[in-house]
Amino acid sequence: MRYVIYGAAILLAVLHQDFWYWDDPTLVWGGIIPIGLAYHMIFSVLSAVIWALAVVFVWPTDVEEEVKEALAEMETPSTS
Amino acid sequence: MTTIVIVIIYLGLLVGLGIFSARYSRGTAADYFVASHSIGPFLLLMSVFGTTMTAFAMVGSTGEAYVRGIGVYGLMASWSGLVHSAVFFLVGIKLWSYGKKYGYVTQCQFFRDRFESNGLGYLLFPILVALVIPYLLVGIMGASSVMTGVTRGALPEIFPGTNGSIPPWLTGFVVCSVVLTYVFLGGLRAAAWANAFQTVVFMIMGCVAFYIIADALGGMQAASQKVLETHPEKLIRGDEIPYMEFLSYCFVPLSVGMFPHLFQNWLSAKSAKTFRLTVIAHPIFILIVWIPCILIGIWATSAEIPGPNGEMVRLIPETANPNAVLGIMVGKLADNAFFGLVAGLVTAGILAAIMSSLDSQFMCLGTMFTNDIVFHAYGKDRFTDAQKVLMARVFIVLIVVVTYICSLSNPARVFTLGVWCFSGFGALFPLVFASIYWRRVTKMGAYACILGTAISWFVLFQASGYGEHGEYKLFGMMPVAVMFFVSVVSLVGVSLVTQPPSKETIEKFIPSKA
Repeated sequence: MRYVIYGAAILLAVLHQDFWYWDDPTLVWGGIIPIGLAYHMIFSVLSAVIWALAVVFVWPTDVEEEVKEALAEMETPSTS
Repeated sequence: MTTIVIVIIYLGLLVGLGIFSARYSRGTAADYFVASHSIGPFLLLMSVFGTTMTAFAMVGSTGEAYVRGIGVYGLMASWSGLVHSAVFFLVGIKLWSYGKKYGYVTQCQFFRDRFESNGLGYLLFPILVALVIPYLLVGIMGASSVMTGVTRGALPEIFPGTNGSIPPWLTGFVVCSVVLTYVFLGGLRAAAWANAFQTVVFMIMGCVAFYIIADALGGMQAASQKVLETHPEKLIRGDEIPYMEFLSYCFVPLSVGMFPHLFQNWLSAKSAKTFRLTVIAHPIFILIVWIPCILIGIWATSAEIPGPNGEMVRLIPETANPNAVLGIMVGKLADNAFFGLVAGLVTAGILAAIMSSLDSQFMCLGTMFTNDIVFHAYGKDRFTDAQKVLMARVFIVLIVVVTYICSLSNPARVFTLGVWCFSGFGALFPLVFASIYWRRVTKMGAYACILGTAISWFVLFQASGYGEHGEYKLFGMMPVAVMFFVSVVSLVGVSLVTQPPSKETIEKFIPSKA
């Protein structure tokens, strides 16, 4: 799952280079937003979605466990 | 006049927040510098977001969109949404864990330990401080530009030399003084609370300003349609923003991995779970702030108001500094709403955004100086808590004075200067990434990376006329791409031919898998 999410992030980065809307001044969404800007607004939303998936499916619980164990060891009194 | 009164009241509220926060202080240096690790997810999100969304985001983006069109959003905002969260996820959480386990307060402490090198901290410290100064400058310039724009024609008898606007030197002085006051009173806790308060203020007032400005221009559709008719080049990227430049901006947001004040924010988190909200919400918060600013910037190119003889004239004068576009739009279009009340609140909201990053930077500088220079050289236990806090404050004041003096020389566009600052930190990103994930990185590789980045940054910054030439490029790309390349080549090349740290140190940071 980790590689799917990271792969999606990389794919999104590639799609950032939207040359197909580069010279298009069309106004969309009620004639308010230029299409090139609308595309990148959707890009931002998709970024949030990808990182939400990362938080849900590939959260580094091992990092938290490491810290808990390290802090527990520090609090354990020495028996020597 | 109403605008000025509201801004004064708002600044007074911030000082009051500092006094209130000081009552919760536990009186220790730990509480002053890292709020005793008590900051939860909401405050962390507000603090990180408030710190990153600065004068650069509001004043800079509006001015840059006015000059270069909608492509500015893609250059910075959409790249930042993807890259910032990636850095928080991949780097921020790991750094938090090191701070929790080993007690680091600053990034110099981390790098010294990681590479078993005292000297590395003494090299990195002045470079980090030097890169933070343009970031402070962006904040002060942004605040000054906004107040100049909003108060245009308001006080002609008092300030005849600036067309009645409050002069930049006065705004800069007041903003620095207010932020220093509440930070001195309450430390990082006051900064975090102020950030949260100010982030909410600028998001709400940003929406209000946007609505009022759009309404004054005949509605969003009419405003955009006017741009399509008179300045369609602002609705595309075209030749204004070449492909390679657009692509190479991806290196700029990597800067969050090396921002000293964000490092401190990560340390102040209660737990790793505190990061979740920030990782997910950050791209959306960027969108909420940047889109209105970009639209206001492009609408400003075609906005008109009735002239003295009844004819329609440009709202933004031909000679206007792009930094002043947001202030002028707010000052001229929002001023008639509710007797200037809304303009005042919107101006306060913009200043809120700017000050919410200044306070974190001020705190960070003080912490870095005391921990990385004074304590490291003379020992921490030699000083009382009161002395530690005093030393931090003295250093902060010194840096703020230097930055304030620089601001009086009317430097480059806010956006351009901000990008140069971020480029320096972005080019240092390979250092922190390698420290966390690459067992073979060495002390000498780190030295080479830092020196290579610093030298390339300075050479290129100088070649650009110290940011004066906003469109300075190398091989069609942003200078950060070249700096990043130098950084990676130095780090990897030198690491591969030099001795790595001890096995114990490597295991401490990158345990081998069983």
